[in-house]
Amino acid sequence: MSQSHDKSAAHGSVQSYLTGFVLSVVLTALPFWMVINGSLTHKATLYGIVVFAVVQIVVHLKYFLHLDFTDKGRLNTLSFLFTTMVIVLLIGLSVWIITTADQLMMR
Amino acid sequence: MTHAIGHEHHDSGTQTTLGFWLYLMTDCILFATAFATYAVLFRNTAGGVSGKDIFDLNYVLVETAALLLSSITYGFAMIGAHAGKRSVVMGWLVATFLFGALFIGMELNEFHHLISEGNGPGASAFLSAFFGLVGLHGLHVSAGLVWMGVLMAEALKTGLTGRLMTRLSCLSLFWHFLDIVWICVFTIVYLKGAM
Repeated sequence: MSQSHDKSAAHGSVQSYLTGFVLSVVLTALPFWMVINGSLTHKATLYGIVVFAVVQIVVHLKYFLHLDFTDKGRLNTLSFLFTTMVIVLLIGLSVWIITTADQLMMR
Repeated sequence: MTHAIGHEHHDSGTQTTLGFWLYLMTDCILFATAFATYAVLFRNTAGGVSGKDIFDLNYVLVETAALLLSSITYGFAMIGAHAGKRSVVMGWLVATFLFGALFIGMELNEFHHLISEGNGPGASAFLSAFFGLVGLHGLHVSAGLVWMGVLMAEALKTGLTGRLMTRLSCLSLFWHFLDIVWICVFTIVYLKGAM
């Protein structure tokens, strides 16, 4: 019994896929609406679309890729978190270096 | 006895999917370099068009919908596979393939449109980075479609064997992973570019 439960948790059920799908539709529609409508300030829109993207990525990781902290899934989740750190460093530092260099060239 | 063999096989399948997951993590870093390149180059339009001039958000919304629908149809294919129903798997894989093909078709159409108007990848650093990043994602989706075709042929030929289940699980990770990359693409490139 508990094994079959583990199995459905690792592979997902119709309901969990539908939950992920509905959440994704909402989390896609809202940022598109924010930009197309254009009634918010530039800064608020930018923060909004980034927050919706991050939340939607978490939704996909949970409902479609089934990342979790069970014994079986922990290694996948930890390797993903490590990769996230590498990505943040890679993109953050690249942007920082180049924008600083641009500013120095403008002087 | 049969249980022991089945269990052993399950373990090696788990190892294969973990190994494939680790490959996907390196693929994440490949995409991150493309995003970093785009982030430092997108202002350099060389007097040509910027994102605001060329992005049609309604068009991108339809592309996004096609990819998202293909994600859930692949999920249903996997549920059918774990239930051991080959015809269900085939039906949902065909649906997934069609949504994926629609996405690639729309992307190629967008690229063709841009190039024919003189806004090809050679026109500016912005367009080079745009074609590089979005094209890299499109190449991955195309490779996923070829892979899906091969697995559908294998399912027809051999049925849902343990080996095929492992392969379907790896493609599942690949396909859902590409949808996550697309969330970053439509947010950073299209939505931010059209603001």
